[in-house]
Amino acid sequence: MIDMEQPLIFEQDAPGRCGVDLPSVPAHKSRLGNRKRKGGVGLPGLSEPQVVRHYTRLSQKNYGIDSVFYPLGSCTMKHNPRLNEKCARLFGDLHPMQPQSTVQGALEVIDQLAGWLKTLTGMPSVAMSPAAGAHGEFCGLAVIKAALEVRGEKRTKVIVPESAHGTNPATAAALGFTIEAVPADATGRVDHAALKAKLGPDVAAIMLTNPNTCGLFERDIRTIADEVHKAGAYFYCDGANFNAIVGRVRPADLGIDVMHINLHKTFSTPHGGGGPGAGPVMLAESLAPFAPVPYVVHDAKGFRLVEHAKDAGSNKPFGRMKGFHGQMGMFTRALTYILSHGADGLWQVASDAVLNANYVLASLKDVMSASYDGPCMHEALFDDRFLKDTEITTLDIAKALIDRGFHPMTMYFPLVVHGAFLIEPTETESKQTLDAFIAAMRDLAQKAKAGSVEMFKQAPRFTPRRRLDETLAARSPILRWKLEEALDVSGKNAA
Amino acid sequence: MANVHFTKDHEWARLDGDVAVCGITEYAQKALGDVVYVELPPVGKKVKQGEPTAVVESAKAASEVYAPVDGEVVAVNDVLSSDPGKVNAAAMGDGWFFKLKPSNPAQLSGLMDESVYQNHIKELLAG
Amino acid sequence: MRYLPLTDKDRTAMLAKIGVASVNDLFVDVPKAAHLDGPVKGLPLHQPEYEVERHMASLAAKNITAGSAPFFLGAGAYRHHVPASVDHLIQRGEFMTSYTPYQPEVSQGTLQYLFEFQTQVALLTGMEVANASMYDGASACGEAVMMANRVTRKNRAVVSGNLHPHYRDVIATMSRMTDFVADLQVPSPVAIENLTALIDDQTSCVVVQNPDVFGNLHDYSALAASCQAKGALLIVAVTEIVSLGLITPPGAMGADIVVAEGQGIGNGLNFGGPYLGLFACREKYLRQMPGRVCGQTLDADNRRGFVLTLSAREQHIRREKATSNICTNSGLCALAFTIHLSLLGEAGLTRLAETNHAKTCQLADKLAALPGCKVLNSSFFNEFTLELPKPAETVVEQLAKKPILAGVPLSRFYPGDKALANLLLITATELTTDADMDALASALKEACQ
Repeated sequence: MIDMEQPLIFEQDAPGRCGVDLPSVPAHKSRLGNRKRKGGVGLPGLSEPQVVRHYTRLSQKNYGIDSVFYPLGSCTMKHNPRLNEKCARLFGDLHPMQPQSTVQGALEVIDQLAGWLKTLTGMPSVAMSPAAGAHGEFCGLAVIKAALEVRGEKRTKVIVPESAHGTNPATAAALGFTIEAVPADATGRVDHAALKAKLGPDVAAIMLTNPNTCGLFERDIRTIADEVHKAGAYFYCDGANFNAIVGRVRPADLGIDVMHINLHKTFSTPHGGGGPGAGPVMLAESLAPFAPVPYVVHDAKGFRLVEHAKDAGSNKPFGRMKGFHGQMGMFTRALTYILSHGADGLWQVASDAVLNANYVLASLKDVMSASYDGPCMHEALFDDRFLKDTEITTLDIAKALIDRGFHPMTMYFPLVVHGAFLIEPTETESKQTLDAFIAAMRDLAQKAKAGSVEMFKQAPRFTPRRRLDETLAARSPILRWKLEEALDVSGKNAA
Repeated sequence: MANVHFTKDHEWARLDGDVAVCGITEYAQKALGDVVYVELPPVGKKVKQGEPTAVVESAKAASEVYAPVDGEVVAVNDVLSSDPGKVNAAAMGDGWFFKLKPSNPAQLSGLMDESVYQNHIKELLAG
Repeated sequence: MRYLPLTDKDRTAMLAKIGVASVNDLFVDVPKAAHLDGPVKGLPLHQPEYEVERHMASLAAKNITAGSAPFFLGAGAYRHHVPASVDHLIQRGEFMTSYTPYQPEVSQGTLQYLFEFQTQVALLTGMEVANASMYDGASACGEAVMMANRVTRKNRAVVSGNLHPHYRDVIATMSRMTDFVADLQVPSPVAIENLTALIDDQTSCVVVQNPDVFGNLHDYSALAASCQAKGALLIVAVTEIVSLGLITPPGAMGADIVVAEGQGIGNGLNFGGPYLGLFACREKYLRQMPGRVCGQTLDADNRRGFVLTLSAREQHIRREKATSNICTNSGLCALAFTIHLSLLGEAGLTRLAETNHAKTCQLADKLAALPGCKVLNSSFFNEFTLELPKPAETVVEQLAKKPILAGVPLSRFYPGDKALANLLLITATELTTDADMDALASALKEACQ
């Protein structure tokens, strides 16, 4: 393995060295008062070639979709088109507070994307400003809370399946709701009877993911929606898995009242190593008036932002969720993607996403333990029963998979099965890639069952770092470089 | 182990004079993995049976530790702040979390004894 | 369709392996009534790249870009030069198309830059620890208040009237939605606030900004001491991160939590997003800090490496007991920040900040000389408040036609507030030229007659 060691930038410092050129400071009468900084910041000085080499070498230690199959369940690691990047940069040099007459094109982008999302989902309204999926969940539940206040009803419970992503109960709890968990039934869907039994006048909403986090479509969803509405509650749908049905099924037709969409999942905006994302929230008629500010309206005079509640007419925005107008950079990328695929392309996206996941499921279910019978949607769920009589865990399989040149699937989620493997190939993977992945998984499963241990426990062997000590990191957190510690050569974490 | 009582949430309580020493069981520490952090209650806090009283964190999980009986916290195991790994190494002994002065000692006999608790675990693993 | 690798031959073979006749059979669980029988009506079909590009370019042409006119806007988003290398590096596929670094062995690139980023943020703010970023400064500010509520177990936030109104509105929204009290003060461009008098025994935090929304510079050391005496936390917000290259950082004043907008370094204006929330605090509050953190550790061969850590606070583990529902950071924006700041270094950041201040002083002098106009600030970094003899909004609209992008009228943030209607926020940066300043001065003179 070629040496890819790269010290921290702080360990490459030469005082006074600089990677930018700036002219000398013009003469001026200072207005800093006595607020001028005493002492320096402590930043290292590097030249441009050093900085470019440093971050290039760092990048080479990473896996990305561009380089590797990345079947993370519920993350939708699809190809990130470069056209998105080109078009996004056409809108980079616009200040959000410019007079609106000077940014009509930007406002129209937001309006067009909103229009596409409304048509694809069948829902009449969308709140564009949330910055991520979890932020969208907050927005959706806040809208529900605001609507209930206007109805004058005190409903304090939110029903959440045990298989839900952690953001669901975290968001509901943050908004002051108590969580009522509902288990899965034997088929992996939410236990309908248990859910129905929990419905009552104290329930504000249910939060379902559909398809759910086991990769299965909630068959009873229409009936559940009717029951929820009859009980006076709202139906929140976590749209993380929209890729399975985008362009084929409209959430409005399923009875959903509010659903966030992850533009960085279904609509190909890049994951960026952990953000930024965007989480616009689709809203039914009854909830639309409570959408937060700001939002874009289109009338005879053109496009404009409604930024204050007092300008919202009959709407009652529940407030503001972040600065300025929303994740514009993600809007331009998503709109570019949607225009590229069009209605027919998106139909095919969902089809191929579901086909790819089922192909993987069908090709592995004889050597691994599929958690549920029958076809899946866009992701396939296995558990660790097939490793029962071995010393190998889900984690070990994942680490061995890295040595085969693949990014592991999602592990240990959802929590409703033991040692979960959640595999979402997405539609942008070729059959050749899937076959290579399937072959690698079959080989690992077979080796595990045949009693191989060392190979797994020592994996990964070929990566820039071997298994890292997460216990040490959590017990003695070191979250930054410190000059004093670097000078202490007897310190334990010396480079 | 004599005098030790168990809860269904994998806490144990051992009567030592008029004080109940409380901690989490071997099964719990194994399930959590390496413990990285423990949040202990303030001395003097009054708790009810089943009330979340402490928090135990591993790299991948976090759990509440519930009071096995009603009582008042009279001591906490400060060693766990600098050495959380003690919970893994000696869950039933030096890895104790807090000591309660039970306000209703009869509650202890309502908890499981060792053999009942071991059966409880067997059922969980089978289920 | 260029993003779909499967051929019809592939699909046929795969369906055979699965054992169904068509893909529709895999959608068997979808209620018939909800399953569309073909592509959604009312939307165009797929298009080649050049058609899409043409469409997006035609929308872009309907905007006046900041660089195409003399430009003076700030108010929480700042136009600084970003070196060309930054955009190249962040578009490397290994950075741009990677996921959150949950598999650390194959994410050391991301994890190392996050560790460098956290260090840079701590150094800039003068604080002990920082997280791996949040959505933006305003939402980070809301999270800081909620953290103060948790840490102090109290639920009343005193909020300066000179906090950026978006940050204030986020706090107000959170207070209604998550049930705490937000005591919001009124904006005061010149009067000094007495926030100490408002701290009581239910106060969890006091929230202030430096430079404040009007551009004024403050020393919050006395306020920090008052907060500490009463068991409240001092939260300081910084909306222009470049200012920390020249002015006293909040950590040196005794802040407990610092939130900031990092957009000004590495990230362009982008019409308001995606931006970069910075969050730093005292080490003793570390476990109550929301968001992701990256930590140093050793691998199986005893080499230094990095991992996401303290995850047990986060939603994917604590679920309803999490410190926040936040699931992501602003990764690629944080990388752009880290790269740009690496290029600047100590010398470059200092020079950049000094240049910003110098230009703004020159501009303030020019505009203060205009009849009927008054610079309200006695101190500022690169932004000040100019009082005009008439409503600022109409002047700005008038100048936009030239085009000159003259700054942000305060009425845009505080509609209906007559006391602020004639006030204009003006910013100069290293990119502002003498010609720009002269153009603004003569246009304002004309507009204010």
